[in-house]
Amino acid sequence: MKFYRNQVLLSIDNPSLQENYLIIDSFLRQELAKQNLDDEINVLDKGSLGFAGTGVSMMIYPEQVTYINITKADIPEIVREHFIKGLQVNRLLMEEAIKPFKRAEKRRIVLENSGIIDPENIDEYLAVGGYEAWEKALMEMEPTQIVDEVRDAVLRGRGGAGFPAGVKWNFTEILKGIQKYFVINADEGEPGTFKDRLIMEGDPHKLLEGLIIASYAVGATKAFIYIRGEYKLCIARLQKAIDQAREYGLIGKNIFGKGFDLEIEIKIGAGAYVCGEETALIESIEGKRGNPRFKPPFPGVKGIWQKPTVVNNVETIANIPSIIKKGAKWFKSFGTDDCPGSKIFTILGDVTNPGLCEVDLGTSLRTVINEYGGGMKDGKKFKAALIGGAAGVFLNEEHLDVALCRKNLHEHGAVLGSGAILVMNEEASIVDIMYSVIKFFRHESCGKCSPCRLGNEQLYQLISKIRFGKGKAGDLEKMVSISEAMQKTSFCALGQSPVMSIKSAFKYFKPEFERVLN
Amino acid sequence: MDQEIFQKFLPEKENLISILHTIQDNHPEHYISKEAIKEVGDFLKIPVNQIQSVVSFYSMFSSKPRGKYIIRLCESPPCFLKGSEKILEKLQKILGIEAGETTKDKMFTLELTSCLGICGNAPVMMINDDVYGDLNDEKIEKIIKSILGGQR
Repeated sequence: MKFYRNQVLLSIDNPSLQENYLIIDSFLRQELAKQNLDDEINVLDKGSLGFAGTGVSMMIYPEQVTYINITKADIPEIVREHFIKGLQVNRLLMEEAIKPFKRAEKRRIVLENSGIIDPENIDEYLAVGGYEAWEKALMEMEPTQIVDEVRDAVLRGRGGAGFPAGVKWNFTEILKGIQKYFVINADEGEPGTFKDRLIMEGDPHKLLEGLIIASYAVGATKAFIYIRGEYKLCIARLQKAIDQAREYGLIGKNIFGKGFDLEIEIKIGAGAYVCGEETALIESIEGKRGNPRFKPPFPGVKGIWQKPTVVNNVETIANIPSIIKKGAKWFKSFGTDDCPGSKIFTILGDVTNPGLCEVDLGTSLRTVINEYGGGMKDGKKFKAALIGGAAGVFLNEEHLDVALCRKNLHEHGAVLGSGAILVMNEEASIVDIMYSVIKFFRHESCGKCSPCRLGNEQLYQLISKIRFGKGKAGDLEKMVSISEAMQKTSFCALGQSPVMSIKSAFKYFKPEFERVLN
Repeated sequence: MDQEIFQKFLPEKENLISILHTIQDNHPEHYISKEAIKEVGDFLKIPVNQIQSVVSFYSMFSSKPRGKYIIRLCESPPCFLKGSEKILEKLQKILGIEAGETTKDKMFTLELTSCLGICGNAPVMMINDDVYGDLNDEKIEKIIKSILGGQR
């Protein structure tokens, strides 16, 4: 490996691609070469650096300086001032408060390498201790021990339902002598959620290592990563990571002579929110419509082609390498007793710096908004937050100190969900957002069961009437009773979800709805 | 249809969605025709109605011919809060079509979509595989103009 004086990370996410990233990239390399600095300074193309709306951005190591909104014209100045004179270019500097590594806190688990190593180079992942957990798992641990370690860590699923991963694995691990499958659910579709995309773009090998260990633990010899079709960069980077892992003998036949085989295949989704539901996802992997299946039997017993299948979210599995390497006890030193570890939250809406952060579970909503989201945009007043995406719950300013963990949110009638936090200021209309939430469910209902298909249509008719000033007394009560009936009778979580946002919206913001009724 | 597409896949039912993606991506009008469905049915030995039901289920698939550029504007809550309805109005005005329609010159198809997972830059849209974020009226005009400029 060659050593450089500086590592320069250029953000290569979609927003920067659109700002002529490629021209800037090649111009920077050209300017560095002109000054004979290309031997000392290494330029790397990265995934998103963890913040948005800042054009082409650049992070320089080891000094951890971040420049944003860079244009081609800025390059000579950056090269001259920063790399030759060692002075910062203040006018391009990102403010301290919105630096991702302030955001990222001291100890990230899942995102520890994102934005630091080259996601497309397995050697860089190996250099930071990558695949050591897989080596430890395969050489020193029995599959049962791995399952026990994950169960002891109380690693709860990070996709929304929060079911402990170790318990789920155990159902499948104990079944012997049959073909088993492991599936990564990367069909990220909950509105306001893009954490899995950033894990896959920023550190695909971490997910892969977690998946390999998990497959070994439950005895699955074939694994699938089901990625939504829109995530082109994730698909490309994961495919590259799989190819590299195979080349290094980390997957394949008789891995390290231990008699364990594993193949990993990417499956691409085609745009259906319901495929985030694990049985619908399994149907889709089989090449069918993504209609959910009846449970039980659960996928852990009968999944893909009726064979035992474990389905876990991307973020859940990205925690596995650290848990195996450092142990359950270490993992439990973060977060709360009921919900150990960290969680990636996406903070959106009317905050100064929309983006994501990985924090300890149990961090307060206020801290996440103020310290990581940079506070309310333009100093406006906080009004509401929709937590957990469309399948989430509205909270008001009385709940700002709620701890973001399963237990405390539950006490406030809320859920953690996928970790999306949509913040609304005093000018936002809850009626409008409610309309958007219901429109979403109406579109995404798969149509298999009547309560969800018809219920969402009825809810949509009602909320449209209300929003456009044609609502009548009794309409709000109708919405509650319809959504309650859907909760009791729908086939899967999709139809059971609208009740949460509807009831919470009415609980905290009812006058706003009543004002627009006739 | 291009038989090369079928050579990339084993005739197994689990490959249906990948095959449909490939067919659609390779069609100049970005859609899956009735003829293509029949050919897929012959290849996989499954009934055409079953394939049609898969095509109609997934929102990325279209059974209608579409324009050269497919605009997919997000209307989920984070983009909605940031004014995606106004952006929709603007797009409809510039293109002279409603959501779900294609311009007469077959250049643009305008669609609405659920969350695209780029919410930090709301409101956002995708045009084919490219993402455009932090949209406002000016940006919309610039984007459409630059696409048309590159064309003519």
